[in-house]
Amino acid sequence: MARKVHVQTTLNGEAAEFLCEPRQSLLEVLRDEMGFTGTKEGCLTGDCGACSVLINGRASCSCLVFGVEAEGQELTTVEGLADGDKLHPLQQKFLEHASLQCGICTPGFLVTAKALLDRNPNPTEHEVRYALAGNLCRCTGYDKIVRAVLDAASVM
Amino acid sequence: MAQQEAKFKVIGTRPIRHDGVDKVTGRAQYGADIDLPGLLHGKVLRSPHAHARIKSIDASAALAVPGVKAVITSADLPELPSGVVPMGELPMNPRYLSMNVLARGKVLYDGHAVAAIAATNPHIAEEAAKLIKVDYEVLPHNANVVDAMKDDAPIMLPEVRTSGAAEKTDKETNTASQLRFARGDLDAGFAAAEVVIEREFDTAMVHQGYIEPHNAVAQYNADGRSTIWVSTQGAFTARDQTAMILDIPASSMKVVPAEIGGGFGGKISVYLEPLALVLSKKTGKPVKMVMTRGEVLRATGPTSGSHIKVKMGASKDGKITAAQIWMAYEAGAFPGAPVGAGCMTVLAPYDLENLQIDGFDVLVNKPKTAAYRAPGSSNSSFAGESVIDELAEKLGFDPIEFRRINGAKEGTAQPAGPQFGVIGFMETLDAAQNSDHYKSPKPAASDGKLRGRGVASGFWFNAGFQSSATVNMNSDGTANVVTGSTDIGGSRASCAMIAAEVLGLKAEEVNPVVADTDSIGHTDMTGGSRVTFATGTAVYEAAQDVVNQLKERAAKSWKVDVKEVVFQDGVVSCTSNGHESMNLKELAKKLPQTGGPVSGRAQVNPRGVGPAFATHVVDVEVDPETGKVDILRYTATQDVGKAIHPSYVEGQIQGAVAQGIGWGLNEEYFYDDKGTLRNSGFLDYRMPTCLDLPMIETILIEVPNPGHPVGVRGVGEVPIIPPPAAVANAIHNALGVRMAELPMSPGKIAKAVMEQK
Repeated sequence: MARKVHVQTTLNGEAAEFLCEPRQSLLEVLRDEMGFTGTKEGCLTGDCGACSVLINGRASCSCLVFGVEAEGQELTTVEGLADGDKLHPLQQKFLEHASLQCGICTPGFLVTAKALLDRNPNPTEHEVRYALAGNLCRCTGYDKIVRAVLDAASVM
Repeated sequence: MAQQEAKFKVIGTRPIRHDGVDKVTGRAQYGADIDLPGLLHGKVLRSPHAHARIKSIDASAALAVPGVKAVITSADLPELPSGVVPMGELPMNPRYLSMNVLARGKVLYDGHAVAAIAATNPHIAEEAAKLIKVDYEVLPHNANVVDAMKDDAPIMLPEVRTSGAAEKTDKETNTASQLRFARGDLDAGFAAAEVVIEREFDTAMVHQGYIEPHNAVAQYNADGRSTIWVSTQGAFTARDQTAMILDIPASSMKVVPAEIGGGFGGKISVYLEPLALVLSKKTGKPVKMVMTRGEVLRATGPTSGSHIKVKMGASKDGKITAAQIWMAYEAGAFPGAPVGAGCMTVLAPYDLENLQIDGFDVLVNKPKTAAYRAPGSSNSSFAGESVIDELAEKLGFDPIEFRRINGAKEGTAQPAGPQFGVIGFMETLDAAQNSDHYKSPKPAASDGKLRGRGVASGFWFNAGFQSSATVNMNSDGTANVVTGSTDIGGSRASCAMIAAEVLGLKAEEVNPVVADTDSIGHTDMTGGSRVTFATGTAVYEAAQDVVNQLKERAAKSWKVDVKEVVFQDGVVSCTSNGHESMNLKELAKKLPQTGGPVSGRAQVNPRGVGPAFATHVVDVEVDPETGKVDILRYTATQDVGKAIHPSYVEGQIQGAVAQGIGWGLNEEYFYDDKGTLRNSGFLDYRMPTCLDLPMIETILIEVPNPGHPVGVRGVGEVPIIPPPAAVANAIHNALGVRMAELPMSPGKIAKAVMEQK
């Protein structure tokens, strides 16, 4: 087993540190070393987006990033979206529009949608679909997800 | 039996689902999120061959790796006799179930599990698994259903004889069973036809495509009791299968259903649970196993590829005079393709005098197929609905009008025999015809792109099966609903809303709980569109039980006869002295003094299932240069009986339509000539993304099911049936070409355009 590396990072606004093997993905570190299991594993090949997190505000598949690459970066996971007990407007609109069924893809969609709205507060339907095209959902047909993101944009 | 609609206060509204906040904050615990002290990680070694004899397995090098704790093979499982055990929707054969979770003697498909290993970390397990030496003798394999039926095809399971065959033979075969539904006089029917169409169709093997890979965590205890945490469609079904495979009592296990990240039928069969439990027993530690996406595609789930022949005739006045359909479905490595359902559903929307439908369940060297949303029906309906569209076109009928002329009504005999009760097929046709979409002008060709509109219909059953429910009154006058039905798409909400309706509470005042197998009575799997129907019936009856008990408590507290107590909208009142009444909050305070807690329960195996029908309309745009098809507009109409939470009913329809479009246009298992799956990842097994789809319009029609207390029909499965055919019919409308093979991928469409020129 390779010697573990000490990594210092910022996770959901708080200073954080962890030890990880060089081969461990950021997804594995978040889930298995830090206990942040809200970020999900769907494919480990960057095709489904279930593991999406924000790295310095940019949506990324955490399965394609090594844990050691998080050194000095600012990470945001689904656990960091709500402000205390106040849900983020995207979270609230996902609930109101029934945008989730099984819910396994939901964290990835929320995080990716946040990155979109942070850089484009008034996206068109096409822009929403384009931004979310890297996230697979097998339950909803995307209709209610796209509506929730558009509605969240309108209230933010 | 159904309540008057006007009386509903909660049913039909759209409250926020009870498990919603957990699922948007990342707190919901799915199977792979479970962690335990001392946890070991298991991995599976899988066959690289489609068909091979296992000559020997040597695990010594793997076992020597530091951190590796155990290796198991089929030698660690009891060898079971063949048999048929009912298991909810599909009967299962213990012997084949066991041989699928760990190969015995032979491997039968690329990805077939051969050995399992447990180690202190998943990377060690994965690397050490590669050191297990398996000596194979590679055998010729069956690549597809047509070749596997030939006389000289390689035999996969030497004990298989064709069940249901007209003549019994002792011949080795890959055709595990055949069945026929027939009535009337085919020759006379075809003789009376003005137009007869004959076509052959092929459909590719496709996967359910749930985003969450299979997982299981097992903890064996020294007292023989064990616990399994797993994402499954049925905790009891998982327990019974594991008991069967390991030949241990079901009651020795507690199965805790984790949140489940999609199933669509594919998370009913067990794969990892028995392996994790045996590894846990061997090591004395909890063992967690999670599949990779490649393993999910290679070794779980898919539904059958198929070859289907259709001959159908209709008279000048648009009446179908005869229909003959022959369909062979790939079972995968073990018997059990959903060909029976394919046969029973294909012509069910229509009232036909003369028909013959033959089905064949055929072994091929591909994964053992599992249920997939309306199993078997999208295949056969793609073929049947394509030919019906062609008959309508040839005879000059509007496709919806043609379906109406032939449409099934109450009393119509299904192809399988039984007559329909109250059904809403005609209503789906009316709704489609009157939809804004169908009334809008058909989109015209532009920029060299061709456009067309297509229609298709579908029928699916609704399963009953066993369900249990408990409704407990809380001390503050609210209630908890406990069921054993895994919530895949909002069924906690629908169960809570049914209880709230009966108890006169708000949806938010009822807390739904999905319990483990120690904590609720037996409940069959979440499948067959059954949860809101069957578990919903149990919840309704359990809540009624609570109401009866509450009336008795009120009577006791008022010292009157219970006949003088009425319950209405969450308030008990006394008829004999009109000024007394109590709401549930007040009554809850009186429970300790009037006999203690109030808890209602019900166990059901309901028979009053509500068949579901759907009619879909789609507009497509086809690029004749590239063959790419874009979906411009999609409208799905469906008789849903009674929508408890309409948003989740719409969601079921929209999700199924997206899956059906993927099935129609993109998705397929692609095997090379060695029988190796070449697209075992989401990059190459391409499911629709949100950029591939428009909004999906839904029209819910409510023809209440008289067999359910509030009129519920199954809703989740039927909407996956029409899409492939509707898209094919729209492509024909755009190009003038009938597509006979799924998926209708760009290459095939471009080729069809070339051949047309």
